[in-house]
Amino acid sequence: MVNLYVLILAPLVGFLINGLMGKSLPKSVSGIISSFAVFVSFVISSIYFFGFVGGTQAPIDANVFDWITAGETKISFGLLLDQLSGLWLMIITGIGFLIHVYSIGYMHDDENFSRFFAYLNLFIFFMLLLVLGNNFLVMFIGWEGVGLCSYLLIGFWFKNQPYNDAAKKAFIMNRIGDLGFLIGMFLILFYFKTLNYGQLKEALASTQTSHGLLIAITMCLFVGAMGKSAQLPLYTWLPDAMAGPTPVSALIHAATMVTAGIFLIARANFLFSMAPETLSFIAGVGAVTALFAATIGVLQNDIKKVLAYSTVSQLGLMFLAMGVGAYTSGVFHVTTHAFFKACLFLGSGSVIHAMGGEQDIRNMGGLKKWMSITFITFLLSSIAIAGVPPFSGFFSKDEILAHVFEANKVLWVIGSLASFLTAFYMFRLVILTFFGSFRGTHEQEHHLHESPATITIPLVILAVLAVLGGLMGLPEFISHTHWLNSFLAPIFPHAEGHEHMAISTEFALMGLATALAVIGIGIAYSLYVSKQQLPAKEGELKGFAALVYDKYRVDELYNAVFVKPISALSSTLYTIVDKALIDGQLVEGTAGLSMQLGKRIRSLQSGNIGFYLLVMVVAISLILTYVFI
Amino acid sequence: MSLLLITFILPLIASVATFALGNKMAKVLALLFSAATFVLSIGVYLSVAHSETSSLQFTANWIPEMNIHFSLLVDGLSIWLLLLTNFLVPVVVLASYQKSFKNEAALYALVLLMQFGLVGVFTAADGFLFYIFWELALLPIYFIVWLWSENPDEQVRTRTAFKFFIYTIAGSLFMLLGFMYLYVKLGSLDLSTLYSSSLDSKDQIILFAFFFAAFAIKIPIFPFHTWQADTYRESPTIGTMLLSGIMLKMGIYGLIRWLIPVLPLGTAFWTPYVIALCVIGVIYGAIIAIRQDNLKSLLAYSSLSHVGLIAAGTLVLTNEGFQGASIQMLAHGVNVVGAFFIAEIILQRTGTLSISQLGGIRTVAPKFFTCAVIMVLASVALPLTNGFVGEFLLLFSMFQYNTWLAVLAGTTIVLGAVYMLWMTQRVFMGNVNSRTENFEDLKTTELVVFVLLIACVFIFGVYPKLVFDLLQTASGTILNASLR
Repeated sequence: MVNLYVLILAPLVGFLINGLMGKSLPKSVSGIISSFAVFVSFVISSIYFFGFVGGTQAPIDANVFDWITAGETKISFGLLLDQLSGLWLMIITGIGFLIHVYSIGYMHDDENFSRFFAYLNLFIFFMLLLVLGNNFLVMFIGWEGVGLCSYLLIGFWFKNQPYNDAAKKAFIMNRIGDLGFLIGMFLILFYFKTLNYGQLKEALASTQTSHGLLIAITMCLFVGAMGKSAQLPLYTWLPDAMAGPTPVSALIHAATMVTAGIFLIARANFLFSMAPETLSFIAGVGAVTALFAATIGVLQNDIKKVLAYSTVSQLGLMFLAMGVGAYTSGVFHVTTHAFFKACLFLGSGSVIHAMGGEQDIRNMGGLKKWMSITFITFLLSSIAIAGVPPFSGFFSKDEILAHVFEANKVLWVIGSLASFLTAFYMFRLVILTFFGSFRGTHEQEHHLHESPATITIPLVILAVLAVLGGLMGLPEFISHTHWLNSFLAPIFPHAEGHEHMAISTEFALMGLATALAVIGIGIAYSLYVSKQQLPAKEGELKGFAALVYDKYRVDELYNAVFVKPISALSSTLYTIVDKALIDGQLVEGTAGLSMQLGKRIRSLQSGNIGFYLLVMVVAISLILTYVFI
Repeated sequence: MSLLLITFILPLIASVATFALGNKMAKVLALLFSAATFVLSIGVYLSVAHSETSSLQFTANWIPEMNIHFSLLVDGLSIWLLLLTNFLVPVVVLASYQKSFKNEAALYALVLLMQFGLVGVFTAADGFLFYIFWELALLPIYFIVWLWSENPDEQVRTRTAFKFFIYTIAGSLFMLLGFMYLYVKLGSLDLSTLYSSSLDSKDQIILFAFFFAAFAIKIPIFPFHTWQADTYRESPTIGTMLLSGIMLKMGIYGLIRWLIPVLPLGTAFWTPYVIALCVIGVIYGAIIAIRQDNLKSLLAYSSLSHVGLIAAGTLVLTNEGFQGASIQMLAHGVNVVGAFFIAEIILQRTGTLSISQLGGIRTVAPKFFTCAVIMVLASVALPLTNGFVGEFLLLFSMFQYNTWLAVLAGTTIVLGAVYMLWMTQRVFMGNVNSRTENFEDLKTTELVVFVLLIACVFIFGVYPKLVFDLLQTASGTILNASLR
């Protein structure tokens, strides 16, 4: 138990040291303290995790102290460490540690170096709370806490107002989701008198619960997940969030925080399984998001924006998995995605670093000549996300699509289409960035260089994981057992493997998926290598393509439908209702009266405070004397 | 028992002494006396915590022939408001320490006299006593707003102060009538008599309106709020802090202690309407705050939004509601004082409160920014800050009353983030301009004020059990009376 406290508190201590004294520490010390704090958590997480793997570690479920106790409402500050949180701990602290090390190199010249590390540590702390809570409210602490860190880090370069807008947008959109989460918790608390996962599970098993209530609860919780994990219609903050420094995009906006929505469903899978209607809805939202975001990714020219839409799309795929009840597959994809997407973002950071801040792939090209490590790791991760066997993304994605195929053919078509587009736009990105000839300025070309070891070592480690990560979930006809399935069996008791699916069907689906990936890559190759095409310049796109390039103008729509009307309402309420109507008309009588009275009172007053005070004090003294004599 | 009386009377003595010893010593004396009062209050807290009934009582004869007693009650509810008052007064004095005022002896004497009045309001256990202290607390702040306002336009000053005065005194007069009627009917205004009275429902419905007028104006509940923004803006910040940090709580405390449990049938009749007004206020205040350019006005409308939720939560008549309201009063007191202190620092350094003229302060004053951001986060109720626990319980009790009202009131967590982050961005982020380029970071005394407030933010956010443990009994007593 002490170990668990150390695991959680180490990053908080790192945050406090860097936050309070960071300015007076040398940069190297600041970065090392912060990385070490996460490393401590990583080591302890590993001990727990391999304890679970070896079967020697029993789940820990303990209340640390009573947090809220009012009337019948009793909510503890409690922790739960089991296989599910254990797996997430490995992702958070493992990838978190690599990204801390990477940031030492990446942020080296930033004047607010120590503050950056303070925020990163704080993020890790809240993320740990999110996955380690034993009830919904502790998860909610982490949930909002990571939102705060996301806000602080997106707006890290705070002199730039558009970045601040992006940060604010992320926070507010997440808050909309959080309201859903909150209402979901109220429903649970009201009807089951608890927010504790274990107690809720028992209550659900022992009492008859109305189906409508279950749908209401799960839908509310899913609204929270939509915000945090950037699903339609609450996804527009994530592409904007790329305003933050690239390590932030890798850690928060790809590998960890944005998967919190999946974690929520995985954690409460016993609840969601009882509401199949909600699950269908989730699957639908996931599939549509996956395809929608993928289409946008096809036409973007900002290296990080492509990756951002890709993340939205991949998250959609994960929700699709959760929605068809393939929880293990969803979690599997969370894990492999954490590897290759973190690697891709960090790789893009390495590129941006070398390009002196340039993010437009139209001005890149041929970079493999200068940055071979960045190139190879980026390429391997792209193959992984495209779903080419035997790379990690192939296995997790194939597993999802196989489950979806069984559940719903239409969703399967949508999911496959999204995967096909993914293969295409990822290789469009790889080719335009690393192949061909350099299209930037001479000065940029002059400065091109491979990044330092603090950057390339994390890239290499992540690339290895991106290649090999599939091993944890090899299909049963290759390996004897599906390792992840059996590891997570205590969490997902009804996890449906697709045993009953014929091997021939399974092979056919795999072949088809691979073929789609290869075709996608092939099209990218023929367009951008054989024909040497370049993306259109600003304003050249017409019709539907222009609409997609403009991200379907969803931001403009939200502005017109929500932002502007509320702003106008604010002014109207103030000037017309508050000032003119209530204060002017309603209070006018009183105000007029008060003025008249005021004039009369004023004539009685000398304005001498001493006199007033004297009168008051004498009067009070008289009263008190009367009491005590 | 004597400790309670000393704590109770010390602000009065302090007020006289501060006034008598003149301008030079005023600031120091006010700080020392109020700090001493706070230390004594901790002693009172400990004896309340260790008493079997979780309360202390003191009763002396006052006007025995009329059955009126000088009786004080410090239970699990009043002790926290006593602590809040006696904590915030030295903090507010310290917050103004850098500044010099004209006629300081009088100003600080008034502040301390107000403290005496406020403590009286929160501890009185007899209706007459409560009423006297209620009025006593009003007079000093009226003078502070009127005579120490920084607006050079005397007419605006006077108009604002009178508007505030008449507004609240009008409310109090209704309350006085209410008390007189109760006295005639029951023959005593002792709290226990009131809690066991059985007036018929018609009387209660009318009486509720009388008391509600006083409390609704003080809180303020929409649409009785129009004195608020003007008064906050025109008042010197020391007055704004006292008004918003402590005085607002008189109204909510009044609801919880003197209205709901005294007139349960009246409450039952009016609750739907009042809750509707409160929820309107929650959303209305938040939406108006979005477009306010004057920082103090923004905070005033934000406050309207916050207290609307507190008032609504109390009327649901659940333990969650009472306890949520109580802890939210403490949180709001601390956070709103922090917020107005931020405004005061900005006003002193830049000469303006207009948000659109600021920007980039984070670059030049990182410590100030950090402190300000923590207060902002507490105000938007981030978990582990003091603002969260109360808001969670209040929204949950609203939810028990009506799901859709809770959803409506819940939009405050979104709208609150909208205006607070908008304000933060415009004031602190971006590039410095000519007004902010020489912005000086926090001085030591200012930092001390923030550290004290921030300590409260986290103590009550992480370990609110401190408050809940004592509240349980008091809340139960009030709830029982309210449901009779």
